[in-house]
Amino acid sequence: MPTFVYMTRCDGCGHCVDICPSDIMHIDKTYRRALNIEPNMCWECYSCVKACPQQAIDCRGYADFAPLGHSVRALREEKKGTISWKIKFRDGREKNFESPIRTTPWGSIKGPAEYAAPRPADFANQELAHEPDALNIEGGLPALRRNQLKQGVV
Amino acid sequence: MGLFGGTKTVHVDADILVIGGGMAGCGATYESRYWGRDLKIVCVEKANIERSGAVAQGLYAINCYMGMQWGENQPEDHVRYARNDLMGLVREDLGYDIARHVDGTVHKFEEWGLPMMRDPKTGRYQREGKWQIMIHGESYKPIVAEAARKAATEVYNRIMITHLLMDHKANRVSGAVGFNVRSGDFYVFRAKAVIVAAGGASHIFKPRAVGEGMGRTWYAPWSSASAYALPIEVGAKITQMENRIVLTRFKDGYGPVGAYFLHLKTYTQNGYGEEYEKRWYEDTKALVGEYVDHHPVPTCLRNHALLKEVAAGRGPIRMVTKEAFQDPHKETVGWENFLGMTIGQAVVWASQNIDPKHTNPELTTSEPYVMGSHATCSGAWASGPEDYAPSEYQWGYNRMMTVDGLFGAGDTIGGTAHKFSSGSFTEGRIAAKAAVRYVMEKGREAPQVSEQEVRDLQKTIYQPLENYRVGRNEIVAGTVSPSYLLPIHGLQRLEKIMDEYVGGISTNYMTNGKLLSRGLELLAMLKEDMSHMGAEDLHQLQRVWELQHRLRASESVTHHTLFRQETRWPGYYYRGDFMKLDDQNWHCFTLSRYDRKTGEWAMEKAPVYHIID
Ligand SMILES: Cc1cc2nc3c(=O)[nH]c(=O)nc-3n(C[C@H](O)[C@H](O)[C@H](O)COP(=O)(O)OP(=O)(O)OC[C@H]3O[C@@H](n4cnc5c(N)ncnc54)[C@H](O)[C@@H]3O)c2cc1C
Ligand code: SF4
Ligand code: SF4
Repeated sequence: MPTFVYMTRCDGCGHCVDICPSDIMHIDKTYRRALNIEPNMCWECYSCVKACPQQAIDCRGYADFAPLGHSVRALREEKKGTISWKIKFRDGREKNFESPIRTTPWGSIKGPAEYAAPRPADFANQELAHEPDALNIEGGLPALRRNQLKQGVV
Repeated sequence: MGLFGGTKTVHVDADILVIGGGMAGCGATYESRYWGRDLKIVCVEKANIERSGAVAQGLYAINCYMGMQWGENQPEDHVRYARNDLMGLVREDLGYDIARHVDGTVHKFEEWGLPMMRDPKTGRYQREGKWQIMIHGESYKPIVAEAARKAATEVYNRIMITHLLMDHKANRVSGAVGFNVRSGDFYVFRAKAVIVAAGGASHIFKPRAVGEGMGRTWYAPWSSASAYALPIEVGAKITQMENRIVLTRFKDGYGPVGAYFLHLKTYTQNGYGEEYEKRWYEDTKALVGEYVDHHPVPTCLRNHALLKEVAAGRGPIRMVTKEAFQDPHKETVGWENFLGMTIGQAVVWASQNIDPKHTNPELTTSEPYVMGSHATCSGAWASGPEDYAPSEYQWGYNRMMTVDGLFGAGDTIGGTAHKFSSGSFTEGRIAAKAAVRYVMEKGREAPQVSEQEVRDLQKTIYQPLENYRVGRNEIVAGTVSPSYLLPIHGLQRLEKIMDEYVGGISTNYMTNGKLLSRGLELLAMLKEDMSHMGAEDLHQLQRVWELQHRLRASESVTHHTLFRQETRWPGYYYRGDFMKLDDQNWHCFTLSRYDRKTGEWAMEKAPVYHIID
């Protein structure tokens, strides 16, 4: 509603609390398990669903327009680099999809400070980091001339 | 100080402070480090940058890519496109600037590990349309966040920034304050330059979805207008706030239609299976003149035709998917498109047994949103690129607002429509290089923070907890108190005012001078009531400050809508008292400046320069 947590699967690890962009996954003080404290501020973004190591979180579509009996399940596997989806319709039909999520190892991005430092002259021009090479074009960064400007109606 | 009076105050000094770690904020953080090797670069985010902002669920397309390496498009083509779509009014200097850099950004994304789809015949990126390329972007945000984390000196997650700080002697930003939504600690950031990248605004106008579904807005419910409120409150000029956007999307889930129209070649029909856009050609021409003949037809005008057709009693409008979805590849693209960026739409279709292979799904128009990166361009008025921006558009460093040291990017910056995820990241990079230069050239003297101002703000920020603690004792239980309002109450009041007076769904996006003036009176009372907000806990305290930011942005939207006496974007909103586009008087930008001492708004016009033929 929209997301909810299965009592028997959740172990209270807090990953969902940590990730939810809406700050609505919280740990219940009595049960020490997670719950959605503000379903009407849930985007059904599935960030918590994907982050839960126990697959304890599911989504029941918004009550004001989603009839019961459906399910959309996600399994995100970082090591494999994939996400798989299982969609179940109210009438029982099913659809399955799988997509890649990343082509390089997690943590492998080269930080900007690992590149050669810019020269003083580079600060004065309009090029950004890795330019012009990163543009893959000849002739350098495109530019306009000031005298091209004109004011008025298109 | 009440309940949380015992919490710590944490002081953080930075050279560059990036507020918001979404697409633009991650770009700004990355680029700040490239140019500012020895600088202290701090990124502060109210959620967790791993999955924050509008890209939290991922994206299935990058909507701004030139393809200059293959001669597909040049930056000037993009400027023409954006100008056309926004009915003539964009900051062409800023738009060109993003377009000339954006390809380099996208190439970096691919190198970092973002799976790009490729056209099997040409080996180029798979085009969805002229500007869009298709990606498997479920992890778009985590990938971009990894790059930002590698660049930042520190990333602070779960800190909601509530106010910017100003140097008490100059028109110069000196930092920001906020609170940790988990611990309650009060944070004071002092910085030589600040880059605001806090995203757009949903939940300003009443959403179509009600009750539990209220969170299913097109733009994310956490897009809380901080990007506008923070600069507005320190007197930065802001532009085109009237240019709110209404989206034609799949009904209820607001699933995207771009791939459907462009890649799958699906098309729309009225409830009787007829084409309807042509029927409204003359009607539209009477409102906007030759703009209706532009190609592609501007987004707002397509909305207009749809709205007219529904009002004529020939709804619902449907997307004809049955033909395209017979092709299994297209069917997969259609579904993965939702799973990759609007999962809620897949949930709606599964729940209502809508299989687009057999049923043509309904479309609707959304409630209005305020943002600066889509087919709309609300946001801060910023200085343009040094190498060619005209003097009216240039007063210092690229992307610096009218407050010294205060920069912005992405949804924050006005006048630059159609930048989307890649353009927002790119604009963050542009702003960051300029901010590093600013710090190197002007930052030797650290801006002064007033201790008194910080203490006053601290009291203001936590006051709702105190209001609740005191007021709660008056009543037995429940949510109805005579002395405080909960944030949800204030939010729903705001949404209702904006909806009914400023051109929301319940009036079919219609407003006029009388309605807008009345809207301002009601907003003023809500403003007064904000000092009676109650928050039961830190989560609600976050909601109070989000509401405060939405309210400030809404005031701005209303003043701008009142100021522009024409209907420039029929389909986004209508001024019933000025139903026509009026190029003679309004081929210009609208600017506002808020005076926080008097609470007054000053409005002015600014010229539109057409740089590109
Ligand atoms: C449904 C949908 C589909 C889209 N489809 C596409 C597409 O196909 N292709 C494409 O290229 N683009 C697409 N976009 C657009 C793209 O997502 C945006 O253009 C882009 O994310 C804007 O970047 P931003 O950094 O300005 O905002 P965001 O990415 O939203 O980042 C703003 C950040 O600021 C943080 N923040 C806000 N307030 C505060 C505060 N007070 N204190 C601290 N932090 C704060 C937020 O938590 C967030 O992390 C889509 C957007 C949506 C919603
Ligand atoms: S991530 Fe899963 S297991 Fe961990 S607290 Fe949340 S619901 Fe429970
Ligand atoms: S689906 Fe998204 S918004 Fe909803 S609880 Fe999960 S993480 Fe939060």
